[in-house]
Amino acid sequence: MTQAQLQETANQPALIEEPGVRNWRDYFTFNTDHKVIGIQYLVTTFVFYCIGGVLADLVRTELKTPEVDFVSREVYNSLFTLHGTIMIFLWVVPAGVGFGNYLIPLMIGARDMAFPRLNALAFWIIPPAGLLLIASLLVDAPDAGWTSYPPLSLTTGQIGQSAWIFCLLLLGTSSILGALNFMVTILKMRTPGMTVHQMPLFCWSMFATSALVLLTTPVLAGVLILLAFDLLAGTMFFNPTGGGNPVVYQHMFWFYSHPAVYIMILPFFGAISDIISVHSRKPLFGYKAVAYSSLAISFLGTIVWAHHMFTSGTPGWLRMFFMITTMIISVPTGIKIFSWLATLWGGKLRLNSALLFAMSFVGMFVIGGITGVMVAAVPFDIHVHDTYFIVAHIHYVLFGGSVLGIYAAIYHWFPKMTGRMLNEFWGKVHCALTFVGLNLTFMPMHALGMMGMNRRISEYDPKFESLNFLCTMGSYLLAVSTFPFIINAIWSWMYGPKAGNNPWDALTLEWMTTSPPAIENFDELPVLATGPYDYGMSNRNTEVDVPLADEREPVLAAGPSSVLRAEPDPNVAANPEDRK
Amino acid sequence: MQSQIIDPAKTDLNHHHTAEETASHHEEHPDHRIFGLILFLVAEGMIFMGMFGAYLAFRALLPVWPPAGTPELELLLPSVNTTLLISSSFVMHNADTAIKKNDVSGMRTWLGITAAMGIIFLCGQLYEYSNLEFGLTTNLFASSFYVLTGFHGLHVFIGVTAILAVLWRSRTSGHYSNEKHFGVEAAEIYWHFVDVVWIILFGLLYIL
Repeated sequence: MTQAQLQETANQPALIEEPGVRNWRDYFTFNTDHKVIGIQYLVTTFVFYCIGGVLADLVRTELKTPEVDFVSREVYNSLFTLHGTIMIFLWVVPAGVGFGNYLIPLMIGARDMAFPRLNALAFWIIPPAGLLLIASLLVDAPDAGWTSYPPLSLTTGQIGQSAWIFCLLLLGTSSILGALNFMVTILKMRTPGMTVHQMPLFCWSMFATSALVLLTTPVLAGVLILLAFDLLAGTMFFNPTGGGNPVVYQHMFWFYSHPAVYIMILPFFGAISDIISVHSRKPLFGYKAVAYSSLAISFLGTIVWAHHMFTSGTPGWLRMFFMITTMIISVPTGIKIFSWLATLWGGKLRLNSALLFAMSFVGMFVIGGITGVMVAAVPFDIHVHDTYFIVAHIHYVLFGGSVLGIYAAIYHWFPKMTGRMLNEFWGKVHCALTFVGLNLTFMPMHALGMMGMNRRISEYDPKFESLNFLCTMGSYLLAVSTFPFIINAIWSWMYGPKAGNNPWDALTLEWMTTSPPAIENFDELPVLATGPYDYGMSNRNTEVDVPLADEREPVLAAGPSSVLRAEPDPNVAANPEDRK
Repeated sequence: MQSQIIDPAKTDLNHHHTAEETASHHEEHPDHRIFGLILFLVAEGMIFMGMFGAYLAFRALLPVWPPAGTPELELLLPSVNTTLLISSSFVMHNADTAIKKNDVSGMRTWLGITAAMGIIFLCGQLYEYSNLEFGLTTNLFASSFYVLTGFHGLHVFIGVTAILAVLWRSRTSGHYSNEKHFGVEAAEIYWHFVDVVWIILFGLLYIL
């Protein structure tokens, strides 16, 4: 038996011969398979994304002209309230959970999540909660914005506001159950021999996300319970007329809702690290720095919340504290950005839809990140507070960041999830339309905000009309851009070319089983023979004789460094530190 | 193909995957429920932390606390209640010790006493509520008092229910043993959690 044979087969015993194709009915049942639940999450949240998108386009249609001519002011308020709530709590947050569910057990070589039934329960909370929220549109829609600041939220409709609170409590519960499941799975269920430093970065970022969810979501639940008492039982916690203090609500709300931004972006930071490394055919630059920067973002993310409240009577010293902590977050975030750029640099790029979306993600997120640093500065923030500049910033982060990240992840892992390839041409069309649409929609908002256009108001000064027209056209383009994707995904799922087990020549464990993976993922324990990102590392040492290195065969592409991940053989290790 | 020939567990490349390690993984899925419960209680604890934070903020922001006209709280009954709840944690621990020695009847006795103490605590709370001179909406202190103690009372109720459920299940002989007693351990951890929350709550509402 030669060393080469070992390398070639080292990752293979995990393979199950039969792909685990599921009956479509399974997706409508209380199924405990993490792969079914993952797809349930992704499809359900995408439906909510489409609903939220329709609401966004209705908002933009109203804003096409300065007058109130499309919907009434009250309906307009409900539209943007539901748009924000749906996009955050029913699309981006649970979409990350969906990818986590599908990928984490596969990536760490486990057969399922730690608590499969709890996992199914966490999913099945979501559809009724979403329906409750959308149904409230028919009766008495919530219209105090997605932040529901009191006292405003106490004076608008009681039924709609209660529906909003109850929906969020349900979604928060689901989120917490999902997060504790991820924590236990990542910490306890890794295949023997996989240390935390051999996990793909997606697992690291889901760990950081879950820690944030566990620590901050309950505080939102707490404040919503208090708000519900104010709304329904007549207490005065947040009502100034009875000695209450609405600013306390804001503190507690943002204690969750600022970390929520990281809950929404961190999973895709991880996914993008995976995607860029695979499609650049290069090891990821600075693995440990990227891994720990996720934890740093989590920690810092919990001590910055009051930068949303610079104009809420926050005292000067507190403003200073929150301004500084907020700006420090750009350090770990910058580490990630530079790691992605350094990984792309000089790589043998495969410019397919997944990588194009990933690269768009990097570019757009940088814009959102830079405006983030701008609004972290107190004087600037006071100037643009509650204007379209804030709207532009949040959409560059959440659309240019999270949504592009979700698309990149879908294009990358679709072959694994369905066993079939997506159509590349339509994927690129989708990417181009999305990219143009998002910049057309959100770029002019920066200018509008600087000129002083207020957000959340259905009418505006006629001098803003031309830029608003551009934004509205962009939002229609975004609506159009989803059609190539939806048709492509459905068609490819049914008739697309077979993907094979590892269409991207990737090294992480989810590619070491069939597509789609069989019910328990792996026949035997997967054995790690390479690091997660050891692409093309055979070039690194020429003096060692490497039998049968083949760049196109993923387990051989790394040559002698194939042993890096297990105990490296001191005689042939690629990394000089491992040689004796 | 070759995968069927080469057993990775036996190659020296994978020498650290000992046969023992591999075999243990092939057994039943290892039990992570206690760890999961602890994480869940971290989240639960954060709800209370959020509410305590809000309470302290209200307290700090109002010029007079408690707001003028709030009647003094009677301390005797809550102190007795507190002593009762804290001691019930130690009683509960005896149940855990008993089951680890495979003493099911001993465990049942201790669990029964704990549940009774929990129920007495809840009755004491209700008695206190009925004798207070303020209602839920009287003022900010009153609202905070009822919501905080009520939310904690809900947790005590859930804890008592959990203990009674364990008692009910333990009627089947062999359901709990020195090797298999997740239910007892979980109920105990939950009970300690409820207890610790009460100590903070008592300090904030009655003493501070």
